[in-house]
Amino acid sequence: MTVEQPAYTSKKAEQTGSGVHDTWVIIPLFNEESVIGDVVAQVLTAFDQVVCVDDGSTDRSAARAAQAGARVVRHPLNLGQGAALQTGFQYALADPSMQYVVTFDADGQHQIADALGMVERLRAGEADVVFGSRFLDERTKPNFAKKMVLRAAVGYTNLTTRTRLTDAHNGLRAIRRPVVAQLDITQNRMAHASELVAQIGASKASYVEHPVHILYTDYSKSKGQSLWNSINILADLILR
Amino acid sequence: MKIVLIQLVLIVVVLLAAVRLLRGRGARAQAVRRLGLLLFAAFAVWSILFPTVWTRIAKLVGVGRGTDMVLYALVVAFLSFTLTTYVRFRDFEARYTKIARRLALDEANPPQPKLVTPEQPAPVDPEQQAKPYLDS
Repeated sequence: MTVEQPAYTSKKAEQTGSGVHDTWVIIPLFNEESVIGDVVAQVLTAFDQVVCVDDGSTDRSAARAAQAGARVVRHPLNLGQGAALQTGFQYALADPSMQYVVTFDADGQHQIADALGMVERLRAGEADVVFGSRFLDERTKPNFAKKMVLRAAVGYTNLTTRTRLTDAHNGLRAIRRPVVAQLDITQNRMAHASELVAQIGASKASYVEHPVHILYTDYSKSKGQSLWNSINILADLILR
Repeated sequence: MKIVLIQLVLIVVVLLAAVRLLRGRGARAQAVRRLGLLLFAAFAVWSILFPTVWTRIAKLVGVGRGTDMVLYALVVAFLSFTLTTYVRFRDFEARYTKIARRLALDEANPPQPKLVTPEQPAPVDPEQQAKPYLDS
């Protein structure tokens, strides 16, 4: 019939690797110009569709991401990571062929293999949501203080939401479309991670955790949340 | 009862503040708040003229002195002000986030066009795609 059809079937044949048209990888982006190019290029080796939500970066992050081949949605001013995620969700929802979204951090601490594994589990119908957890195996080595803060955060999240997780503040997640359509993240700053878990818990979507490896590079450590920030997160959650 | 200078000054300040607040943007929902504010201002004037009213209230609720009572009332008022301001600020933030997001999404290329380019044909719904395929 048309010329496009064979091309489509060949695409379909290789859907297990690159060329996955039903998945959008959402990367909230704020002042990461030194690494975002590599991160996007890496993600593009496994996924076709990457959208970077540039959250009002003051450096050339957006240009770097676009050069590397990502779609870029630019917030006109800095709103926070939660707001960037929600923007990414809405962007992906505008693509009718989207079935899955993956949320991925811009600082390069997540592994592509983990993301692929998580989407595979969605595809296999194991659950509606796959949360990444760094505490399911021994690969990730956070320092003691960080471990305590993360444990406290997950304890609070489990206490206040209808979920049982081992790692609530992990930026790597894979979510099926119907759940994405229900999400409405209003916590603009870091408390969005708990809010997302809470909304998924309330929606009664099924979820599993997937062991992921968080690479604590010097770079990600320098950009990472300070321990003080956990107090701000707690305040945001209590006063919502 | 003779009016002291400080009492005059305080009364003027309270009245000015009340008038200033009452002249804010009007809406039916504000009516209750305004009535409350009027009562509050009236009480403020009353307590300036007759400071002992605080002592009487203090005695009533079991606090030693009227000045302590004023302090406690202030602490409560300040805390509730902080909280309501925080909540109102959050509502405001949620609103401008929506505007900013709408702007960002409107300015961005929509997610589909890339898929319709010749190299990357649109991933048509498999069921729809299947039919012409079988025909050919």
